[in-house]
Amino acid sequence: MTLIFDMALTHVRARARQTLVAVAGVATGVGFSIMMAALLQGSQEDFINRLVNTMPHVTVSDEQRKPAPQPGETFYASAQIRGLKPQVKRRGIKNPLATMAALEAWVPGNVAPSVKVQAILRYGSRDVAASIIGIEPKREAKVSDLPNQMRQGKLSSLYSATNAIILGDRLAEKIGARVGSNITVQTSEGVRLNAQVVGLFHSGVRSVNETTAHTLVKLGQILARQTGLVNEIKLRLEDALAAPFTAARIERDTGYKSVAWQEASEDLLNAFVIRNTIMYTVVGAILLVASFGTYNIISTITHEKARDIAILKSLGFTERRVRAIFVVEAGLIGLAGALLGFALGYGLCLALGMIEFKNPFTDVTRLPITYSPLHYLMAASVAIVSSLAAGYLPARKAARLHPVDIIRGAT
Amino acid sequence: MSAADAARASLAPDQRGTVDAVPLIEARRMTRILPGIVPTTLVHDINLVVGRREFLAITGPSGSGKSSLLYLLGLLDLPTSGEVLIGGQATTRMPEEERARTRLETLGFVFQFHFLLPEFTVIDNVMLPMRALGRLSSQEMIARAEALLTALGLEDHLRKRPDQLSGGQRQRVAVARSLANDPPVILADEPTGSLDSKSREQVFAILRDLVHAQGKTVVAVTHDVALATRTDRRVELIDGTIVADNRIQP
Repeated sequence: MTLIFDMALTHVRARARQTLVAVAGVATGVGFSIMMAALLQGSQEDFINRLVNTMPHVTVSDEQRKPAPQPGETFYASAQIRGLKPQVKRRGIKNPLATMAALEAWVPGNVAPSVKVQAILRYGSRDVAASIIGIEPKREAKVSDLPNQMRQGKLSSLYSATNAIILGDRLAEKIGARVGSNITVQTSEGVRLNAQVVGLFHSGVRSVNETTAHTLVKLGQILARQTGLVNEIKLRLEDALAAPFTAARIERDTGYKSVAWQEASEDLLNAFVIRNTIMYTVVGAILLVASFGTYNIISTITHEKARDIAILKSLGFTERRVRAIFVVEAGLIGLAGALLGFALGYGLCLALGMIEFKNPFTDVTRLPITYSPLHYLMAASVAIVSSLAAGYLPARKAARLHPVDIIRGAT
Repeated sequence: MSAADAARASLAPDQRGTVDAVPLIEARRMTRILPGIVPTTLVHDINLVVGRREFLAITGPSGSGKSSLLYLLGLLDLPTSGEVLIGGQATTRMPEEERARTRLETLGFVFQFHFLLPEFTVIDNVMLPMRALGRLSSQEMIARAEALLTALGLEDHLRKRPDQLSGGQRQRVAVARSLANDPPVILADEPTGSLDSKSREQVFAILRDLVHAQGKTVVAVTHDVALATRTDRRVELIDGTIVADNRIQP
């Protein structure tokens, strides 16, 4: 093996410029694929982190996956029922305090109730439809990122005034309200009351900022005209990845629809799968193109070295040995390209990580980059395997050369 | 026993100088036809026995099949029909690996154009067959290569590359390389064909010395009549057929 390695090394050294071009091709492929993988995984992880940090991990709502059967359907095995008047049920989760206590007993994490009401907010001559969410500030702080999203005022400001309300910053802008403004809230239940704006929040989702307001649970229940109403229980778990199992158990125990954050963001997560597929296809294509350079140089070397191959075979080198020389040469190019590509990829990641993005609502942010040995391992594996494959084809052809044909040609 | 082992056994020290029971190389009714639209017969129905300590010259006009015969005897080519035996072992149906091993252990080649690897030094070129065989340690290989090159008057050129040597020196390196694994047979294709008269004499003397001093068998293709007449045996080919096989009296 030392002999084969020595011969391979001698060949590639003797063609320093061509070798350098081939190595540079592989290195560029490896470097850019590492950078792309780091950038895309970084952005994905950053997005998921934001998602996980801002959303409750599990949301239990007063809905059911399948609508409850009508009594008529339960009692009569008829083929068709017409003219039924649907059963009207009281909104909200039954015995919310008992349900929350039961959840707190086994769920590793925090639980917070909320009340959701649709209303019209009016200030001056402007009115806008909005969702009003009644919360318990202390509990809410443990299940969502709302305290950190406060741009003016605090979550606890809800206790500072009668009928206090916190608005999304865009919603406040729409109706022209500021902190301290007295606005009118009118619900579809016919409740109308004045509320004082005590704070503004800004989440990462524009539609939430434009259409959401927070009050205390009590005020939410008044607006819904239903004392004791809780139509959503939010949970934040110690292990965010355990959300689907926890949600399934809650749904089984309570009968209420429980949605894990993964289910709520299913479309987004699926989009990531598609994005990753596209990314790895592009990265694979880059490395494949780079392997053409390796193919080119190994083809050239085998062509130039036809006479040497004949000599080696006349000395007693087998086809396998001759093939191995050129495959090892391709492997050396792939390996050198991968190592150089590591440095290039790391440098590109560092450079991209230094780029700053500024916006008026958040602190300075940088491109999210994930540094993972897996990216380096994958890029190097693909580069070396594709180089070996690119080298194998001309090597196989070279090893099959008939020494007599070349010796006759040379003489 | 492989052909290589058989050949080695045939060269065992206690047997040297005894009657040659098993020929080193034997061609039996060997024919080689190049396929094509018009098939070309390179050699036809060759019967040839080469024993130990023979210095055999294959002569004939250009295109008579001299080199083709040498390549067939050296297992570089396969006969279309007939058989080549090395140390009594048939070789035409041997797997490629075993044929290669037989070449490595039993046969040494010297070509008209030295055919040294240009990127390797003189000593590295000589060590190539030893490294391929892998029987000796690095120190032993270096020592043997140095001894061979010194014996051929190349002790001052060990670390030079082939392009730094004269034609005669390169050919002597090629001879040293052919002797690297101490094979019993050296096959030489026009070994003096590209050399000046002084170098030609030097190389011829080396080949003759291999036979008479070292007990090797040398089969040399040549169209140099003067050289051929100074060998022990002369086989003449015309149109791929042996027309004369004469032992030359000293």
